[in-house]
Amino acid sequence: MNLAINTKNISKSYPGVLANSNVSVQIEKSSIHAIVGENGAGKSTLMKILYGMTKPDQGEIEVFNQSASMSSPKEAINLGIGMVHQHFMLAKNLTVLENIILGIDKPSIKNLGLKKYKKLIEEVMSTYSLDIDLDMFVEDLSVGEKQRVEIIKVLFRGAKILILDEPTAVLVPQEVNELFKNLNNLKQNSVTIIFISHKLDEVLEIADDISVMRAGELIDSVKNENVSKTELAEMMIGKSLPTPPPRSTETKQNKIIDIKSITSESVDGRKFFTDVSFSVFESEILGIAGVEGNGQKEVVESIIGIQNIESGEIFFNGENINNKTTRQRLESGISFIPEDRQLQAMIMDMNLTNNVIIGRQNIEKYKSNLATVKTKNAIKESENVISLFDVKTPNTNTLATALSGGNQQKFVVGRELEDNPSLLIASQPTRGIDIGAQSLIWEKLRQSRDNGLAVLLISADLEELIGLSDRIIVFYQGSTVKELSSDDVSPEDLGGYMTGLKK
Amino acid sequence: MKFSLRIASFSAPIIALAISFGLSSLILLFIGKDPIETFQIMFEYGIKGKSIVSIINRSIPLYISAIAVAVGFKMGLFNIGVEGQYLVGSIVAAFVGSQFTIITPLHILFIILIAVACSAMWAAIAGYLKVKKGIHEVISTIMLNYIGTGLISYSLTNVFDEKGSEYELPRTPELPETGQMPALNNLFRLEDLQDLHGFLFVAIIVGIFYYWLVWKTTLGFDLRITGSNPVAAKFSGINPNKLIVVAMVTSGGFAGLVGLGPLLGYFHRFTIDFPTGLGFAGIAVALLGRNHPFGMGVGALLFAFLERSSQILDLNDVPKEIERMLQAFILLIVVVFYEVIRRFIVKQQVKDASKKVET
Repeated sequence: MNLAINTKNISKSYPGVLANSNVSVQIEKSSIHAIVGENGAGKSTLMKILYGMTKPDQGEIEVFNQSASMSSPKEAINLGIGMVHQHFMLAKNLTVLENIILGIDKPSIKNLGLKKYKKLIEEVMSTYSLDIDLDMFVEDLSVGEKQRVEIIKVLFRGAKILILDEPTAVLVPQEVNELFKNLNNLKQNSVTIIFISHKLDEVLEIADDISVMRAGELIDSVKNENVSKTELAEMMIGKSLPTPPPRSTETKQNKIIDIKSITSESVDGRKFFTDVSFSVFESEILGIAGVEGNGQKEVVESIIGIQNIESGEIFFNGENINNKTTRQRLESGISFIPEDRQLQAMIMDMNLTNNVIIGRQNIEKYKSNLATVKTKNAIKESENVISLFDVKTPNTNTLATALSGGNQQKFVVGRELEDNPSLLIASQPTRGIDIGAQSLIWEKLRQSRDNGLAVLLISADLEELIGLSDRIIVFYQGSTVKELSSDDVSPEDLGGYMTGLKK
Repeated sequence: MKFSLRIASFSAPIIALAISFGLSSLILLFIGKDPIETFQIMFEYGIKGKSIVSIINRSIPLYISAIAVAVGFKMGLFNIGVEGQYLVGSIVAAFVGSQFTIITPLHILFIILIAVACSAMWAAIAGYLKVKKGIHEVISTIMLNYIGTGLISYSLTNVFDEKGSEYELPRTPELPETGQMPALNNLFRLEDLQDLHGFLFVAIIVGIFYYWLVWKTTLGFDLRITGSNPVAAKFSGINPNKLIVVAMVTSGGFAGLVGLGPLLGYFHRFTIDFPTGLGFAGIAVALLGRNHPFGMGVGALLFAFLERSSQILDLNDVPKEIERMLQAFILLIVVVFYEVIRRFIVKQQVKDASKKVET
């Protein structure tokens, strides 16, 4: 077998983050090799290692059967590896031609040689049957065309291996077809393509080989024709699907949070969400499904008062909270688990005792009459959270950054639940953490729900969403398009509503 | 934190000092001076009784200035404007204080309050501009420094120039005796030496107050979490705009005290010789002392010691600039080693935490 890339036992760890462990993957020359996995499964880390952006802690990489050790993207490019990032790196006020040659020559005062380059680039374009007007300004191009510019840019630098990071995430369906046609052309011209995605349908359409990653490990590499979508999904999510035990309790009738046709737009007039209404009842988990960027994040942030709303009303326990500050809302019984624990929920260079106070600085439990912090109570509470939520840490004095991602998340969930809220907003509560932590968090959420908590759950993990929720509402383009009971809905159905294919 | 880690965090400034003296020695060797002899002369001069009083007097405003800067640093605000803030506060306090006479403690307290209020208001302008107009505090405080010094020069020559008096000097009227802070010499039985400024006590109280404010109160907690992670701070319900103004005003309030040691203890009026540059020196001391009240105290004493002891160098034919270089070396190197030590501590903690997971 003729290999383009061969990695042997690559491992990489960051403090608090599970990245790659013993990843061995063989990528055949002139093939399209897809790497699939959920957010946080370790795909991006692997790509960063292959593109020289970060060094593995251990393991070996062979490129075209030569042992390689890359410490910068420049070295990767020299070895023939190029990458097209999800967010394009183009200067919009330059032409396509100028963008492609940007950074090729060292800065000097000699003539740019645009004509010479134009000819060379046109040769590359005809070799690989890629078409674009080199004299257009990048800002006038469609998203698909911009992506093509990135591909040409990389090929022009001599790339024989092309890494595409979630290339279809930004494209409309017609553009996806165009991209796939181009990729197949490239493959015919002996370019190797590594295609990172979590959209299984697309992967099955385009890839020759498929490698599945989960929790930092490479689960398996399979040939496209030997695998079904269900099998892929199982490999991706693992056998840890939540199996909802029959509920012993019932959803109560009183509304904890009642949202009445709220609308929010950005300063430039772009709508974040329009006319959104829903409510969550006592002892109920309401799931929110939606592809990222369809307004659901902004909606939950408006509930805690971080996102402004232009119109509509939010009632919490029967009281209008439109004019309350974030702090007042948190103190009145709304808890929030934000989607990014390291950025939004914790202070990484502070210890756990300090981290347990965050969001509750002003309640009597932690604030004395002299406006000082009651450290003793904070220590007691952090010990409480550590033991109830099985947080693995030497003591309460340990810095948050020293914990693994799963332990950080358990601590955050514990902090929010132990505050005895009447509403919990949980945004991606188990993203990128180990299975043990995940099942503990699921169990705790269920228990709290049974004890009367109203939970608003946002998750990109559809199995999690269906498994945990009592009802699910679907967001599409800033509006709620569908409400479903979780008893009779499949991930496929949900996916249909989320992408607007089903109505 | 474990004891060994505590020791590790103390090692950074000591390593930095050693390396800085080494580098300065090389430079001295290069220009043909004996480094050992030079440092010996400096040291001997620096520990004379007269020098020690002068060092303490110098370190008082340096220390308070460092605290003013550190309040901002703690929440990630760069108040470069301590310079302008303390000068504006000092001149107003000097003038108002000279206009009346009441009993000494009240008079001094009144002058202190005026200075604090004026400096705090001057700093509040930068806070307001940041919150309402999005102007970065570094830009606005630098500009306010220029405006402040400009206003001071103007008013010294045009408003406060003792019209009608014999000299018409650009200075504010002298503080009446009730507005002058007595020296501490009698208290410590220091005879035959120059005055030890009574403001030393205020500096010590300020240090304790700063520690209490930043490490013990909930306001300090909010400042610190905003400084480490503004996003998480916002999600925890902190109103960043309000906190920015509070922090700027607090920082400016501390700045108001910077000029009062010299004003109440020695100058007794605002003149064109009034010490400047203390606000900028405070930034260096805050960096050196890592915003910690004890560390900044040591830093202020160290810088004051270096400044004082270098005065003997000219007499021995060694360029005095070596002391400036030494200060700069210390600062640069200490910043590097603080980061090295910080990473070491984090690594140690990660190790401990992962051990815990395995068991």
